[in-house]
Amino acid sequence: MSAAQTIGKAIGTDGLRLLTPLLVLSAGCVLVMLQIAWRRSNTLSAWLAGLVLLASLLLLPYGTSGPRQVTPMLLFDSYFVFTAILVLLSSLAVAVFAHAYLSRLGSGPSDEFYLLLLIATLGAVVMLASDHFISFFLGLETLSVALLGLIGYPRHRPLAAEAAMKYLVLAGSSSAFLLFGIALLYAVSGTLAFAASSVMPSALPHPGLYRLVALALIVTGIGFKLSVVPFHMWAPDVYEGAPAPVGAFIAVVSKLSVFTVLVRYFLAEPGNASHATNVAVALFAVLSMLVGNVLALTQDNLKRLLAYSSIAHLGYLLVAFLAAGRFGLQASSYYLAAYAVTTVGAFGAISLLSSGGEVADEGALAEWRGLFWRRPALASALSLMLLSLAGIPPTMGFIAKAFILVAGVDRLLVLPVTALVLGSIIGLYYYLRVIVVLLSPLPSGAGSAEQEEERPQRLARLPLGGVLALGGLCVLLVGLGAWPQALLPTLVGAAPRATQARAATRSVVLHLAEDRP
Amino acid sequence: MILPLLVIVPVIGGVLCYLAGLRGGTAPRGLALATLLFDAILLIPLTAAHPAGSWIAHFEAPWIPSLGISLRFDLDGLSLLLLWLTLLLGIASVLISWREITHRTGAYHLCLLSTTAGVLGVFIATDLFLFFFLWELMLVPMYFLIAVWGHERRMHAAIKFFLFTQGSGLLMLVAILALAFLHQRATGELTFNYFALLGTPMSRSSSMLLMLGFFIAFAVKLPVVPVHGWLPDTHTQAPTAGSVLLAGILLKTGAYGLIRFTVPLFPEAAHRFAPVAMALGVLGILYGALLAIAQNDMKRLVAYSSISHLGFVLVGVFAWNTLALQGVVVQMIAHGISTGALFILVGALQDRMHTRDMREMGGLWQTLPRLSGTFLFFAVASLGLPGLGNFVGEFLILLGAWHAAPWAAVLSATGLVMAAIYALLLMQRTFFGRPVKQRRLADLSARHRGVMAAMVAGLVGLGVIPQPVLNLAAPALGQLVQGEAR
Repeated sequence: MSAAQTIGKAIGTDGLRLLTPLLVLSAGCVLVMLQIAWRRSNTLSAWLAGLVLLASLLLLPYGTSGPRQVTPMLLFDSYFVFTAILVLLSSLAVAVFAHAYLSRLGSGPSDEFYLLLLIATLGAVVMLASDHFISFFLGLETLSVALLGLIGYPRHRPLAAEAAMKYLVLAGSSSAFLLFGIALLYAVSGTLAFAASSVMPSALPHPGLYRLVALALIVTGIGFKLSVVPFHMWAPDVYEGAPAPVGAFIAVVSKLSVFTVLVRYFLAEPGNASHATNVAVALFAVLSMLVGNVLALTQDNLKRLLAYSSIAHLGYLLVAFLAAGRFGLQASSYYLAAYAVTTVGAFGAISLLSSGGEVADEGALAEWRGLFWRRPALASALSLMLLSLAGIPPTMGFIAKAFILVAGVDRLLVLPVTALVLGSIIGLYYYLRVIVVLLSPLPSGAGSAEQEEERPQRLARLPLGGVLALGGLCVLLVGLGAWPQALLPTLVGAAPRATQARAATRSVVLHLAEDRP
Repeated sequence: MILPLLVIVPVIGGVLCYLAGLRGGTAPRGLALATLLFDAILLIPLTAAHPAGSWIAHFEAPWIPSLGISLRFDLDGLSLLLLWLTLLLGIASVLISWREITHRTGAYHLCLLSTTAGVLGVFIATDLFLFFFLWELMLVPMYFLIAVWGHERRMHAAIKFFLFTQGSGLLMLVAILALAFLHQRATGELTFNYFALLGTPMSRSSSMLLMLGFFIAFAVKLPVVPVHGWLPDTHTQAPTAGSVLLAGILLKTGAYGLIRFTVPLFPEAAHRFAPVAMALGVLGILYGALLAIAQNDMKRLVAYSSISHLGFVLVGVFAWNTLALQGVVVQMIAHGISTGALFILVGALQDRMHTRDMREMGGLWQTLPRLSGTFLFFAVASLGLPGLGNFVGEFLILLGAWHAAPWAAVLSATGLVMAAIYALLLMQRTFFGRPVKQRRLADLSARHRGVMAAMVAGLVGLGVIPQPVLNLAAPALGQLVQGEAR
């Protein structure tokens, strides 16, 4: 039996149905490419990309019964559906914000932005479904390469070019770490599947040692991608240089998909989560929460501030990961949702006030002075996002943080919980500082026509699509914050795979493993 | 069903105020007043009810069932009294900001009403998670009240206020969660229901730790002396209505939390901790009074006097007998009225003279006879003149404390002498003596006079016939004290 036939059998017709969201995304990339060749138009591309994302969202396998493996590479379960909804909705919001943002881009056409966005989203969705190091790595690289183009998209900005360069170097080196770790794991276990670590008795002299080194390398690579301390140096520069909608994409989609892989891999097999990795992750979490929050204190650029805050938030998320068990997974899932809504919203507010044609985004805090009195609705929305990041009710951020505390206290994670409380108190200070700036009286003389002339987007009407998207995010933020029960049942179902389901798929894995030449 | 309505009505009213404010004009003020009056009307049938036990009303609905969290409100006499205090001071705040607040009135009343809603909820929530939710919720609008409509150093004060209260709140959240899990380990049921969590078995050390988690959060709010740093700044910088809400009701949430949660949930640990807590209370009384004597800024003086008065509350709570608790309840109400009134009067003075510095005042009695007379009344109320509410409260607390710890009663009593010093100094320096500058100032407006008359009446009533208030609180306090004896 040839390998192609084996795989064809493994996919089957219902496998094909599960794959449709991915296929739609891939076809969408081609479609947008063709459209660009046919006629260049920012609006047309944006609509097309939005429709592709929507179609993919509609075709997700809702209500699937149990996890279903399609080829050894991909695993579709309710956890995939949940995270894919988050990723696709975030991408959709990014596309909406980007449309207005790019409409005044001077340095080149704006259509390819959406193409890159779709490719990056495709990579992220592949990662969400990955159950195998090959699919994980392919997805990761698809995402990273496309993201590189997105970061450097406004070519006239030196900062964007610098950020893209930094991201390139970093993505390359962290991928190298990952690859080396994956290779070592392969040497030990003879398979690249997440859940088949003990398929083959190892021929190596000290399998335990190799495993440990492999895990260290993998955790390092993932740490870089998640930008947790001590692998966080790149984040502020890249966030600052990247266009604001892309900032949202990096902060949410790329981190969310890598975090999902982390959860999937370490929960796939009890043996995967060794004591050493747990200690390392706990260390990263505590450091991220403390260092991220402390470094954010002195920032006077909103994008940099959000970068440090996202470092801290990844630390909170890792606490939920550490507390995996009764509440940990639900807590991390809810946190992912809250983080996605909030971060997309905050970057969305920045991109609404910025324009791709400018030399830089409206990141400097001084530019935001008195926004409450110039644009009360936008300022209220941004304040709501900041309050959610700080964990104040009645927003999702509050429930999310409380949920993580529930999980952490339940598992008696004393040190991480202490760091979480300390970090939150520090965090409060800088989030409030931004709100204070928004509330400050307008600088005298500002608002006069001459001063405003150089920044036309300040006086212009806000784009309708962006306003609607931001309003929708605010409604979600408060609605799900005041009524979390609307989301929780979904989260309970969305646990990444039940371990017993592995037995059914084990045979396929074994089969391919033996196929190895 | 009335209980959640009590909380929801001000929120809806606040949103309406905001919407009305977008058009400009004075509509938000009337709307806010109507909302609070409507809330007060809702409360009347509950006050008239004669329940069998100590609990007057109850409401329960699921909220986050998977974590055992529900929307659960219960009302007893203690809560009822504090609800009335909240609503009446809320109405007073709306009335006195009628002229003071001229810009962004819609947003202002939204903040004011949602603070009130949060406080109302805190006083009746009996699900610990819900309690914490509302506890945090009331901070945000208060923060905006200070940060937008406050005085010269408002941002600094607002941030300080928020950091102190929110930070200590997180400690309490951890303690609440730990308590819920301890309860689950003992009974197998995960719940945040206050009544279920009462009497959770736990080890000595963990009960002490959890008790401290609760205590610190409430101590910051009360405030107790080592963690009082936010109060003088916040009071000084807040707009008048903000100060009234802060002193009148927000600080009372701390006292309420101690009575309702800290001691009943951890009776044994609280008993062991009582000497320390009472010592802190005595320290607060003396330290607050001492600093009040030294102030030049009138608002700061009143703020420090507030710390001193609330030291009595701490002493009374940890004396934990019926007498002392009755005193605490009366003291809370009397302090709410008298300090609230003092802040209103100081605010009125500041509006007229554009300063709070007593060195620039003096001899104001001739110019402002009505304001000065009223001020004298509340100043002597604050120093504990017999016949007024504060005297009843402090006297009962001292009596109760004498039974529990004579040393605390003796030391606390010296605070009364110091109260006389700062209150009379305040009068002397501001209203008597030689005028610093000659100027013509408008006396109290009719609206202010009306509010003041009501507050005077309340304080006199509380001082002469405190029995109705004590009767209302008696079943609730009786049950709390008995619960501890069990």
